[in-house]
Amino acid sequence: MTERSEARGYLLLLLPAILVLLALFVYPLLGIADRSVYKPRVGYTLDYYAQIWRVPVYLTVIWGTFQISALVTLFSLALGYPLAYLLATLRPRVAQLLMIVVILPFFTSIIVRTYAWMVLLGSNGVVNQYLMWLGLAEAPLKLLYNKGGVMIGMTYVLLPYMVLTVYSVMRGIDPAFIRAAHSLGASRWQAFRKVFLPLSLPGIAGGTLLVFILSLGFFITPALMGGPSDVMIAMLIEREVEYTLNWSFASALAVILLMLTLIGFVGYNRIVRLDRVFEARG
Amino acid sequence: MVAVRDVSVTIDRGSFFTLLGPSGSGKTTTLMMVAGFAHPTRGEVFVDGRAVAGLPPQKRELGMVFQSYAVFPHLTVFDNIAFPLQIRRVRRAEIRQRVGEALELVRLQGYDRRLPRQLSGGEQQRVALARALVFRPRVLLMDEPLGALDKKLRAHMQLELKHIQRHLHVTVIYVTHDQEEALTMSDRVAVMQRGHIEQVGTPAELYEAPSTRFVADFLGESNFVDGVVVGAPDPGRWLVRAAGGLEFRGVGAVPLQAGQPVTAAVRPEKLVPVDDAAGTAPIGAVNTCKGIVEEAIYLGDTTRYRVALGAGGAMTVKVPNRAGLRQHAEGESVALAWSPDETRIFPRSDA
Repeated sequence: MTERSEARGYLLLLLPAILVLLALFVYPLLGIADRSVYKPRVGYTLDYYAQIWRVPVYLTVIWGTFQISALVTLFSLALGYPLAYLLATLRPRVAQLLMIVVILPFFTSIIVRTYAWMVLLGSNGVVNQYLMWLGLAEAPLKLLYNKGGVMIGMTYVLLPYMVLTVYSVMRGIDPAFIRAAHSLGASRWQAFRKVFLPLSLPGIAGGTLLVFILSLGFFITPALMGGPSDVMIAMLIEREVEYTLNWSFASALAVILLMLTLIGFVGYNRIVRLDRVFEARG
Repeated sequence: MVAVRDVSVTIDRGSFFTLLGPSGSGKTTTLMMVAGFAHPTRGEVFVDGRAVAGLPPQKRELGMVFQSYAVFPHLTVFDNIAFPLQIRRVRRAEIRQRVGEALELVRLQGYDRRLPRQLSGGEQQRVALARALVFRPRVLLMDEPLGALDKKLRAHMQLELKHIQRHLHVTVIYVTHDQEEALTMSDRVAVMQRGHIEQVGTPAELYEAPSTRFVADFLGESNFVDGVVVGAPDPGRWLVRAAGGLEFRGVGAVPLQAGQPVTAAVRPEKLVPVDDAAGTAPIGAVNTCKGIVEEAIYLGDTTRYRVALGAGGAMTVKVPNRAGLRQHAEGESVALAWSPDETRIFPRSDA
């Protein structure tokens, strides 16, 4: 009896969240799914999906979106893991200061930050001026409106997510494990490779998953910093909504994006076995 | 701030040595300096006559068991114990054999495939021990390894650790704040307080002949009586007068002089209640005093009395319960007798 009343208590606590999710997430999502298979004056049809399949440009964009997301995830990991490691091993005072620096960008609008990058990376931007002044480049390098620009911008925006996720796991690793490894004869590299790295895997798994999924739906940065050939799926959806006003087709694209994200998640879970990884921390 | 100063001890090969002290006494810091995780600003650490203070922990060949066990959660029991051997590039067949022997030593045969989270605290403790011993370290360091175990398991592990240590003839440096643990397991104990060593000795030496008031208080239980030295009837013996006119003799922990304020310590079980009528033993051979039983608590193996001495304070007395020994009731007046040899006298600085 107490168990049941306890369960009821939990349900009561969850109720506001459930209601908000139902009203603002599940209901619109069903609306999108419904719209994607409904053609005005025709009725229910899979025409929109067929169109995505038929016209090569859509599949190219979807494939490109996955490619960009995968690369951004890799870059974020390559930059974020060492940074998180530094934060986790520094003295708490210094680490706190650095952590503020990592989080600071979140206080500024993403549009402002993207424009700032455009100022830095433009043909007459600060970066090119320095490169030429140092004699490393003879003419301005093309750092903007291409895939490189998208990569730089997206990696920059998503890096904190990677750092924070990996850092939180690293912070939970008992320093006694590393000491134990040393006492057993492991060099610093061996202790890292055989003990710290495996124990930080949940952070790598969580961070890469988070960054990858966020990348898939990215819009502002690729729209502003990419070139005509760096269209991502979210930009396609925006175009259908804003310019062609073909909301049904936009809905179909959105559903495809959602499906692919879910498939990606499940596939990833298969490879990394998230449940086991997270369990192993206990 | 100085965590540890002037710590200098020599530990015999193959012996069980314990650093005992309250928290903040510097015992763990001392152990960490031996292990290489803390660095002395001055001084040297010798292992087998070789100076190691400049070496990182991984070069010192010392086994260590941590308070939290630190059994690697992502590795099986086998891989945990094989870890130091793999680092040393031992051949596979030999690893298999030596891990098997180590598992047998800590009586965990058949556990090789398990993961640490499937083990109890006591079992993880054994894995940590096997892992620290499997590479045959020159010294085994242990930092309060039994602190997290329940009382019964702890008592069991104390004996088992002692047996393993004897069996392997390995030198152990053990850190604990539990005096009973230190007495049970150690060949020699260093009692530490505020970053320095108060006394080093065998458990019996520390208990029977504490050299400072702190040791008498921290190790076991003591009655303390403040007084002033009034004379030296025999060499090494001092006559002390306490408040209320109580006079008794004792052994000085350090050389004393007449007129010096002192504190005397007597263990509760060294005090013997004698019937008032019989309390006529010749003065000098024994110390005596009279008092009233304030409280009597029956504890099964012993009875504890609290005996008020009037102006002289009160004494705790522990009497074994044996047939023929009379129980004293509360309110009854008793005489207490004890030997001057079992009375330790320390100089008192606060007077």
